[in-house]
Amino acid sequence: MDLLDLSSTALYTAFVLYLVATFFFGATIRDKRTDSKKGKADKIAITLTIIGFIAQIVYFITRWIVSGHAPVSNLFEFTTFLGMALVLGFIIIYMYYKLSFLGLFALPIAMIIIAYASMFPTDVAPLVPSLQSHWLYIHVTTVALGQGILGISFVVGLMYLIKQIDQTVKSKKTTWLELVLYFLVVTLGFVIITSSFNLAGYKATFEYPQGSTLVTTEYHLPAIVGPNEGTLITEGVMSPLFDAPTWFQGEDAGRKFNTVLWSIITGSILYLIIRVILRKRIGAALQPLLRNVKADLLDEIEYRSVTIGFPVFTLGGLIFASIWAEIAWGRFWGWDPKEVWALITWFFYAAYLHLRLSRGWHGEKSAWLAVAGFGIIMFNLIVVNLVFAGLHSYA
Amino acid sequence: MSKQKIKCDCGHVNPIGTVLCESCGKPIEGNQHIDGNENKKLLNMRYDGTARRSQTYSKSIIDKIWSFFSSVKVGVWLIVLALIASMLGTIFPQEMYIPAQAPNRDPAFFYEDQYGIFGLIYYQLGLHNLYSSLWYMILIALIGVSLVICSLDRFIPLYKALRHQKPKKHKAFLSRQRLYSETEEVTDEELEKIKANLKQSRYKIIEEDGHILAEKGRFSRWGPYVNHIGLIIILLAAILRSTPLFYMEEYVWIREGEQKAVPGTDGEYFIENKDFIMETHDENDERFQAAIEQEGMVASNYQTDVVIYKADKPLPGAEPELEPMQEASIRMNEPLKFDGYSVYQSGYQLNEFNSMTFNIHQTDDAEEVALDTFTVDLTKPESEYVLENGFRVELEQFYPDYYLDANGIPASETNYPRNPAFVFLVYPPGSDDSEISFVGIGRNIDATGENEYKLGIDNFEMNDVSGLTVKYDRSLIFFGIGAAIFMIGVMQGMYFQHRRIWINRKEKGLLLAAHTNKNWFGIKKDIDKVIEGTNVRMVDDQQELDEIEK
Ligand code: HEM
Repeated sequence: MDLLDLSSTALYTAFVLYLVATFFFGATIRDKRTDSKKGKADKIAITLTIIGFIAQIVYFITRWIVSGHAPVSNLFEFTTFLGMALVLGFIIIYMYYKLSFLGLFALPIAMIIIAYASMFPTDVAPLVPSLQSHWLYIHVTTVALGQGILGISFVVGLMYLIKQIDQTVKSKKTTWLELVLYFLVVTLGFVIITSSFNLAGYKATFEYPQGSTLVTTEYHLPAIVGPNEGTLITEGVMSPLFDAPTWFQGEDAGRKFNTVLWSIITGSILYLIIRVILRKRIGAALQPLLRNVKADLLDEIEYRSVTIGFPVFTLGGLIFASIWAEIAWGRFWGWDPKEVWALITWFFYAAYLHLRLSRGWHGEKSAWLAVAGFGIIMFNLIVVNLVFAGLHSYA
Repeated sequence: MSKQKIKCDCGHVNPIGTVLCESCGKPIEGNQHIDGNENKKLLNMRYDGTARRSQTYSKSIIDKIWSFFSSVKVGVWLIVLALIASMLGTIFPQEMYIPAQAPNRDPAFFYEDQYGIFGLIYYQLGLHNLYSSLWYMILIALIGVSLVICSLDRFIPLYKALRHQKPKKHKAFLSRQRLYSETEEVTDEELEKIKANLKQSRYKIIEEDGHILAEKGRFSRWGPYVNHIGLIIILLAAILRSTPLFYMEEYVWIREGEQKAVPGTDGEYFIENKDFIMETHDENDERFQAAIEQEGMVASNYQTDVVIYKADKPLPGAEPELEPMQEASIRMNEPLKFDGYSVYQSGYQLNEFNSMTFNIHQTDDAEEVALDTFTVDLTKPESEYVLENGFRVELEQFYPDYYLDANGIPASETNYPRNPAFVFLVYPPGSDDSEISFVGIGRNIDATGENEYKLGIDNFEMNDVSGLTVKYDRSLIFFGIGAAIFMIGVMQGMYFQHRRIWINRKEKGLLLAAHTNKNWFGIKKDIDKVIEGTNVRMVDDQQELDEIEK
């Protein structure tokens, strides 16, 4: 087995271990105690998580050895690393607060992120000159770490909302909460539909003008939406219903937009199936799981993870980013969309910290903020790459 | 609100606007609304009940402005506005990111053409240049003003109050702390033991008449002010950077073999491009094969080998004397630095024509025997060439980057000699009548069809051109200092807590109260440890009670 195979096997192993660990964390729910005296299931669960994390480090290091550069340079590698950072954040917080319910929610979200990542091309790609810098690794890993820890505040905020929001009547709050959960299901839908058509080996090639040249792109999902002014080359496959609008600037925007549409369709169907089975809102179905957790503790952990994640993010996303940009381009700040969204994220969490200075913003309001903050981070990862052209659209 | 300095029962004289006596902490009647203490069981301890200017004066316009900017609510609003404004600027690309291959890069045209009515609105609102627009800068400046004012408003009184703390507190102060307990009977030995425990937990102890104040981590209270100072330094650095004294940037195209004055250095330095190198990743490299097959060739290196010369102070009019100073390779991510300037590899153009040599032969000579030859230096084309064998050639038109425009008229797309074409007037020896020849790459057009002589391209030289950015940025150090101070301040404020435990003797027993600005979990653990092995009752968390009551 060569090193690259070993690397992918390690990542796969990590994924499976996280999955098994989630079930063990689930098994702790019947355990009434939420204090630090823990049962067997907890010990097994956290041990599995740590072994999984180590497997993921093996993936990371072996891939680094194969490619000769830290594996954080394309969307697959970066997003995988983000999932890894989320798990690390969870392990750290777990060591401190010993809250096993957190595992039940944090690990599935980390798994969704890793599965999402693996839908992108996983080939080991060589680095273009602008990326050949140690500052790239330092910048990207620190950003992912910060975002991972902020991701924990999202998970905990979400748990707070699931626990505290009154599910007996339909309200604006229950609707918003369902919307957040719906987004998670859509991500799942993305993973399901992409891997199904990949397995089936579906391919459709398009040709479209980019500037003054014609380029080709390969769809792995039937085209609902084609590239702007594109022509279908492959025969005997579905032809697109419409073209991507011109203002989608990112590389290969048509194909990505097509994937988004498929994810929404699949996710919505999946969501409906879940609702039919549960016969209530997902939020309502999850609520009983959190009966034994103290809301105060959730609020505390959510705040703690922001206080750790915010400085790490500042360091990676603004300070290290600026140092690298200064070395690579001679300008430390260029108002590139990705940079601007890092600034927006930073402003947002600064606002969060200031709002928490006043009493009224603890608890539920701050939980909404934690959820929204991670929404901004995901927006930067997904939408900014899709819609905006910029220096970062390689990732 | 009382208009004079306030004398407390304990004898301490407090400034106007004080909420809790600086010395004994007793709530000062009539001022409790300021920190929202009325009808509340617990005291608001955020600024230790000090008199803040913003809460005390509201008469003059200056007072009003001060109060406005010192409010955290206003600060948060400003941050949120900046956040929303920043979002707007990313809807469509900023002017500087209009793609190079766009049909027309003029913003007045580009936005409407690409994005329709929304693009037009975007352009007309000036959002295509948002981040350098006046109103965006004003917004950021307002955040700066708010930072300064709110920090001063709080820091100074807080600093004074914490310096003048007394261990002996009024009961109304102690019992309205979040953590509080009363114990009826405590022996002196027990008290000594507690003191020893406190010291062991690294509390600093101040004693007065048997009353104790144990305190640790006061410096963490300055964290926010330190981080705000860092932010202010960054804003000031941004202002410095907008002056030429601190920041200069120029872009220069330089061909291989060419030597040029480094722009922005007043002719003090010269730069010579010895070679431009572009390399690609090895397509046979097993590791990358799959990716290269998918994506095509990937560049691995852009590099310009240069020599930097220092020019001897040129006398007016005289040619400068150049002293080689440094030889270097400039790569992406490896800029060249010399004497405070940095040079970056920023662009390149492969294979531009440098010179072209033409021969003249008879139109009907199948062998094309050269009657005469001449060479045109494309960087400095001459208007007339007088040749050895008597021919004379005038350069009538030169198109460095030839194309036929929409009307079918020859034109030049750029000023760079990427696809040169010429219109020559050829005068045969001894003749005053010329023939017109159009020559380009792969083209040789005889407009009249009656030319006796024909021009052919004999030879040409090509070379690469490097695009280099030259700059200095003397403000960087200030950004660095600001960022470092910001990070230190954030950690100082977030990872340490200011914990205080008051132990006041009361007859035989004692009152125990505690306050921390963060992490109540931690201070409760501290107290638990400190009172271990004594009779003293553990504190109640009165906030939890509060919440249950409601
Ligand atoms: C982008 C700009 C800003 C950033 C990044 C920032 C950052 C911070 C941070 C990290 C803290 C510490 C919070 C904590 O320990 O929980 C803080 C505290 C604070 N900030 Fe800011 N700040 C900014 C702007 C402002 C503005 C405009 C105001 C003005 C109203 C302000 C007022 C305060 C106050 C009053 C505190 C609390 C001080 C205390 O604990 O006593 N900040 N700030």
